[in-house]
Amino acid sequence: MSRVVVPPLMRDLTGGLGVVDADGRTVDEVIAYLERCFPGFAARLCPDGDLAAGWAVIVDGNASPAGLRTRVGLNSEVRFSPTVAGG
Amino acid sequence: MATTKTPPKTFAVIGTTPPRVDAGAKVTGAAVYGIDVMLPRMAYGRILRSPHAHARIVRIDTSRAEALPGVVAVATAADLPEAVDRTDRVGEGTVNYRYTRDATFAGDKVLYHGHPICAVAAVTPEAAEDALALIDVEYEPLEPVLDVRGAMEPDAPILHPDLRTRSLAGPGSTPTNVAAHMRFEIGDPDQGMAEADVVVEREFQTATVHQGYMEPHAATAAWSPEGILTIYTTTQGAFDVRTRVHELLHHPLADIRVVPTEVGGAFGGKNTGYTDVAAALLARKAERPVRVVMSREETLMATGPTSGTWMRVTVGARRDGRITAAKAELRYEAGAYPGAPVFSGANCMFASYDIPNGRIDCYDVVVNKPRTGDYRSPGATQSAFAAETVLDEVATCLGMDPIAFRLINCACDGTSRITGGAHEHIGIRQVLEATRDCAHYRAPRPKSDGYLRRGRGVALGFWGNWGARSSVTLSVAEDGTVSLLTGSVDITGTRTSLAMQAAEALGLPLEMLAPAMGDTQTTGHSDSSGGSRTTMATGIAVCRAAEDLLARMEERAAAWWGVDSATVEYARGVFTSSTTGDAMSWAEVAGHQSETGGAIRGHGDVNVRKWGAAYATHIVDVEVDVETGGVRLLRHTVVQDVGRAIHPGQVASQMQGGATQGIGWALYEGYAYDAQGRMLNPNLLDYKMPTYLDVPAIETILVEVPYPGHPYGVRGVGEAPIVAVPAAIAAAIHDAVGVRTTRLPMGATQILQLLGVIDP
Amino acid sequence: MPDRTRVRAIINHEPVDFLCEPRQSLLDCLRDVLGLTGTKCGCNDGNCGACSVLLDGRLVNSCLVLGVEIEGRSVVTVEGLAQWPGARIIQESFVEQDALQCGFCTPGMLIASKALLDRSPRPSEDAIRAWMSGNLCRCTGYERLVRAVQAAADHLATIEGAE
Repeated sequence: MSRVVVPPLMRDLTGGLGVVDADGRTVDEVIAYLERCFPGFAARLCPDGDLAAGWAVIVDGNASPAGLRTRVGLNSEVRFSPTVAGG
Repeated sequence: MATTKTPPKTFAVIGTTPPRVDAGAKVTGAAVYGIDVMLPRMAYGRILRSPHAHARIVRIDTSRAEALPGVVAVATAADLPEAVDRTDRVGEGTVNYRYTRDATFAGDKVLYHGHPICAVAAVTPEAAEDALALIDVEYEPLEPVLDVRGAMEPDAPILHPDLRTRSLAGPGSTPTNVAAHMRFEIGDPDQGMAEADVVVEREFQTATVHQGYMEPHAATAAWSPEGILTIYTTTQGAFDVRTRVHELLHHPLADIRVVPTEVGGAFGGKNTGYTDVAAALLARKAERPVRVVMSREETLMATGPTSGTWMRVTVGARRDGRITAAKAELRYEAGAYPGAPVFSGANCMFASYDIPNGRIDCYDVVVNKPRTGDYRSPGATQSAFAAETVLDEVATCLGMDPIAFRLINCACDGTSRITGGAHEHIGIRQVLEATRDCAHYRAPRPKSDGYLRRGRGVALGFWGNWGARSSVTLSVAEDGTVSLLTGSVDITGTRTSLAMQAAEALGLPLEMLAPAMGDTQTTGHSDSSGGSRTTMATGIAVCRAAEDLLARMEERAAAWWGVDSATVEYARGVFTSSTTGDAMSWAEVAGHQSETGGAIRGHGDVNVRKWGAAYATHIVDVEVDVETGGVRLLRHTVVQDVGRAIHPGQVASQMQGGATQGIGWALYEGYAYDAQGRMLNPNLLDYKMPTYLDVPAIETILVEVPYPGHPYGVRGVGEAPIVAVPAAIAAAIHDAVGVRTTRLPMGATQILQLLGVIDP
Repeated sequence: MPDRTRVRAIINHEPVDFLCEPRQSLLDCLRDVLGLTGTKCGCNDGNCGACSVLLDGRLVNSCLVLGVEIEGRSVVTVEGLAQWPGARIIQESFVEQDALQCGFCTPGMLIASKALLDRSPRPSEDAIRAWMSGNLCRCTGYERLVRAVQAAADHLATIEGAE
């Protein structure tokens, strides 16, 4: 199971839980698992099917270019974060 | 004067200060910038711009302009294919092409004073100017919205009727100017505040400011009969220009060649282009090259300044100095299209501290101003002004020295952040200690004298930096000299710092390296030179290319000797065979290349995913004239963790330059608009950037905490030195006269109001 | 096409003979008519100094001078500096002191420096800052520029002393 940090604005779906455990070998599968536990989870995070523009998935501290296809391991930490610009 | 504190390590080239390789061309006027490009039969393009901040376009008639002798082309929105409503990652940010198309030439509405309508090209710049006046446009003015709080009111004029708030709380359902709402939280902020002995809350406002690069935007486009488009342009990212032109013109990527020129200043503002597509359209219609150069007025009015903001920050702390909670609400103006750097502001504002309970709400809000662009640590200077000012007030309430207060609370490796994630390999403690121990901080505070009140302030800033894609090729000529070709545009002197890294990696003298910028045809994909990435990420590409090249050279030496390449050794310019004892110089191996297999090149193509962040403190002594409200800087020191300074002179220059922009932002610069949304000060008289008379000799202290992810320990340095400047000056003003300035710029009027000399 | 006026002048010690519209500035003429792009346009209204040139030895913003005004007069631009050994010392000083980053303001700074040192061979730091305050730089923070002018002044004084 991996540990998923629930964004604050989605904690209304998880009954206030800030961290939840999820099954799945990829981030995609993890989100699908959480959708079954907390209906509406997938639509909030991926309103057009893919991760919202400007957002990245961070697995074990690494921002992954593979996005939703990123593999997650046992005890992986998964969180979602906007991306940052520089000048 | 720059002093460097470094752990001992011996390098041959790194850490020296050779003259920059581009200096000769720049001191003789020979360097070719975007505005200097000249091609045979070149025509001159100009863009017609909206005089209204918000209006419907009823009718455009270009016929009189087209008939003017000397006019060779007119381009309008009709010449742009329809854009796909798609958002892509371009560089570090995201781009919605529907908006990019609309920003190139307005659709049915104009959204800011200066919004492009159409463009003309003529055989002289004067004829192009005359042609603009002959274009007839009928507008139906609409009420504009010009400030972020007004834009969030329920009855505010709406810029984009189809815009709905994007939020993880679920998408909004009504028309709005709030493009996005984000919230970040750690621990229990309300509980944390309740545990505090001291709570300080303040509201802040900052005006829109511009990067202020001295060279305006310019692009020269030329089409070949086969449809190959070449664009010479002043840009931070040639490949980003190519992508944008490809998306807007639907032209194949490899048929677009973007050649970056010398860049006359950028600071993030040339991550986006404002002339490339217009130049390409005009050149195609005119069937001759066209150069489009923006005036200073256009540059200030209609490129990408950074967000004006409204912010509220609350910090609670115990009597022993430990911060128990921090809360912030950040409302950033995005300008005409979504994309304000508000998450970046949230990400940086408390990043220096170990805060167990925190909440930050961020709003990305559209208003009738030009769409924001990147400006040196985008978003961070605004939020640092707010956060550091409140922290200074907390320290004052607790009677604590501001550096001691920060040391009690400073983050370390592994500290979790309110915006998520944890710090790795940071040098903040070393920077704070170097600040506390430096000559300026230990010097007696400046003494007041009658109506001249003097004080000292300090503030700490964080910037995360960036990695991303870079491409380098090293190629050995027959005499042994090495050309270094990079896709990274040189905006700060990176040709020199990259050549220095190559020389170090190859064990060769710097004089044997000849660095050059390539273009999109000749180099591999390189992301924009921004985010303080180039010396770091392209440096990694240099080291990879050097490893590759050394392997190739060893193979050639081995081939010449007829031995296994595993038995060839190399050190400082000499190859030796460990089996036969033969030796050959670098130049000799290079000289035999034709016989041993042809060209000898090494490649490094990287996508750097981890990099070191940067911290910088500013110590500022100010003098406040309580009769005029004027503020003068007496002394200014910047202390920054630079990882490893490849060229300490260039690094110190970045610190001085960033600090100077911060001074302008703090005291003098700000966009002014009338009630109809027209910009009142699009010129360098009334948009006041610091001059020789406004800036003291800024002292620099380089602290080196090497970043382990780079072969030489490099951290990005270019952006961090701007972040904490307005907050440091505000703290100094408070020390001098006992008032808290909460609006930028901190001009005489605000100070006299706070002092009670004039009414608010 | 609008009427053009013929102008004859000396630019960088060479006679020139060109046509320009009465409304074209000296800056426009230098860059667009004569191809001397070393002088830069930063603002076109006299507020940044990027277009600094010497007109009969006097420091001016060429965006505020009309092309037709230089009839019979002498102009020096950054391209013409190399003809004076003293100016070459100023250029070298800029390089040695790393007094440039993007280099866009550099031509104007060099011209302004030469004008200063022609009048005041050993200027104080305050005098340098005051004289040069009409030239904006966004990259450097000015300190290295001041050092470069001081170093050039010191170097030039050594040469003068030796003569």
